[in-house]
Amino acid sequence: MTGLEQGAIYALVALGYTLVYGVLRLINFAHSEVFMIGTFTTMWVWGWMGIDQNTKIDSVGQMVMLIVIGLVAGAAASAVTAVTVEVVAYRPLRRRNAPPLAFLITAIGASLFLAEMIGIFTKRAPFGPPRIIEPAVAFAIGPFKVTNTQILVLLVALLMMAALDQFVNRSRMGKGIRAVAQDPDTAALMGINKNRIILLVFVLGGAMAGVAALLWNVRYGFTKFNVGFLIGLKAFSAAVLGGIGNLRGALLGGLLLGVVENYASGLFGGEWKDFTGFVLLVILLMFRPTGLLGESLGRARA
Amino acid sequence: MLLEIKDLTLEYGRIEALHGISLEVEQGEIVALIGANGAGKTTTMRAISGLRPVAKGSIVFDGQDITKLRADKRVILGVGQSPEGRGVFPGMSVMENLEIGAYTRRDKAGIAEDLERCFALFPRLLERRKQAGGTLSGGEQQMLAVGRALMTRPKLLLLDEPSMGLAPMLIQQIFEIITEINSQGTTVLVVEQNAQQALSRAHRAYVLETGSIVKSGTGQELLNDPSVKDAYLGVA
Ligand SMILES: Nc1ncnc2c1ncn2[C@@H]1O[C@H](COP(=O)(O)OP(=O)(O)O)[C@@H](O)[C@H]1O
Ligand SMILES: [Mg+2]
Repeated sequence: MTGLEQGAIYALVALGYTLVYGVLRLINFAHSEVFMIGTFTTMWVWGWMGIDQNTKIDSVGQMVMLIVIGLVAGAAASAVTAVTVEVVAYRPLRRRNAPPLAFLITAIGASLFLAEMIGIFTKRAPFGPPRIIEPAVAFAIGPFKVTNTQILVLLVALLMMAALDQFVNRSRMGKGIRAVAQDPDTAALMGINKNRIILLVFVLGGAMAGVAALLWNVRYGFTKFNVGFLIGLKAFSAAVLGGIGNLRGALLGGLLLGVVENYASGLFGGEWKDFTGFVLLVILLMFRPTGLLGESLGRARA
Repeated sequence: MLLEIKDLTLEYGRIEALHGISLEVEQGEIVALIGANGAGKTTTMRAISGLRPVAKGSIVFDGQDITKLRADKRVILGVGQSPEGRGVFPGMSVMENLEIGAYTRRDKAGIAEDLERCFALFPRLLERRKQAGGTLSGGEQQMLAVGRALMTRPKLLLLDEPSMGLAPMLIQQIFEIITEINSQGTTVLVVEQNAQQALSRAHRAYVLETGSIVKSGTGQELLNDPSVKDAYLGVA
């Protein structure tokens, strides 16, 4: 269960990598900082409301309200951050037809810039956002104990992913996303504004990272300017594991990575956790270079 | 005049692919642009639809200068294109491919009407409407690409080598449908290497050679022109 819970957070963050990659063929390294800013914003918004680690939250109503507010604030802040990176950093490069290497360096630069900016602003201190929900075992199936936060994390994550999946597969704009991913020139001939679709993709990916940030706060009650680094790396691995450019692959990859990591740390001890995740990735890519489900947003791109 | 191109020059890096071509399409016409492989036919199409920026010259469509207009905005004005290689979205069903042709439109009734018209022109697409675009045969993909362009409800339909890779029977059929589309009121500019078919269907035609227009006239005139016969019609 702990594995699924962590995996769900990886999966939500992985969606952002996968969406942007599907449309732009770009690894948006700044996405980990998009997540990080979500964790801080959620905490700050709660802080402004007078809620800190010592606040006692007694009514269910107040709890739900705080979670919803944290979710909206985190999603909004992360989406705005993602869009800002796109407009300020990537779009000018596209206009100049810059080579892929320029995008890569810019992505790494944007990532460092955001991390350092928050690092300076917060004096590189660790923070403990309030967890809102007092963790408790909700029920147990045999030896498996399921906590209330686990239920919340999994429920919210799966709902978000289902909604995103439906949006991309059914809505008009979702079709636009798939069209640009599959063939950008022909998409333009259908009257699709590529820049608007790209913006949309950053908004969606950013919002998902923001939701992940809220869940992270509730689950771990910890954040720091560099909290995005490892999560980002894991989420990116999850995206590659499932097949980058593939939304359902991100879900599968995230959950799998979370479960395997936890299983391994149970087996060999906690310090092996990060190690096994990447071993899994390397081994899987040897046998299936396109990931578990392959690429799908831009399937068979011309 | 629906489309008026003047002294159009287009460059790929340092290489000039079009050397100042001029071309006109009148409302209601079928105009053919013929030329050998590499002559610049596709380049001309991409300039008209806005996929490539032009270096010099102007493009006026329906009284409006669109030389610098973004490609997606030209679609809204009424420039529809079936691109070279068809550009069918492989991971989308036939139905989704057609729906995306109507991406910019909000007139539900009109869209339904055009969809029906599409299926009437290409009954094959109706049969295959749930199938993924990437799994269609070449001929079916061509029909889909033309049908999808019609779904934008274009004033001017641009067709880039609609006969490419098709069996002779199908080529005949696709040109019959082009004539049919035109008689329903859509102006057509068609690019072709298959000069015989294109010239016999077109009201007027232009011959493009290495980036310059070397001849123009009615379809019939060019069919009977000795040098055109020699170069493009495979008869001595
Ligand atoms: N993307 C491109 N980059 C560089 N040169 C190109 C590109 N596309 C076409 N060309 C060149 O421009 C010329 C015209 O090509 P094209 O318009 O595709 O010809 P056609 O459609 O008549 O076969 C050719 O010499 C071709 O090599
Ligand atoms: Mg061509």
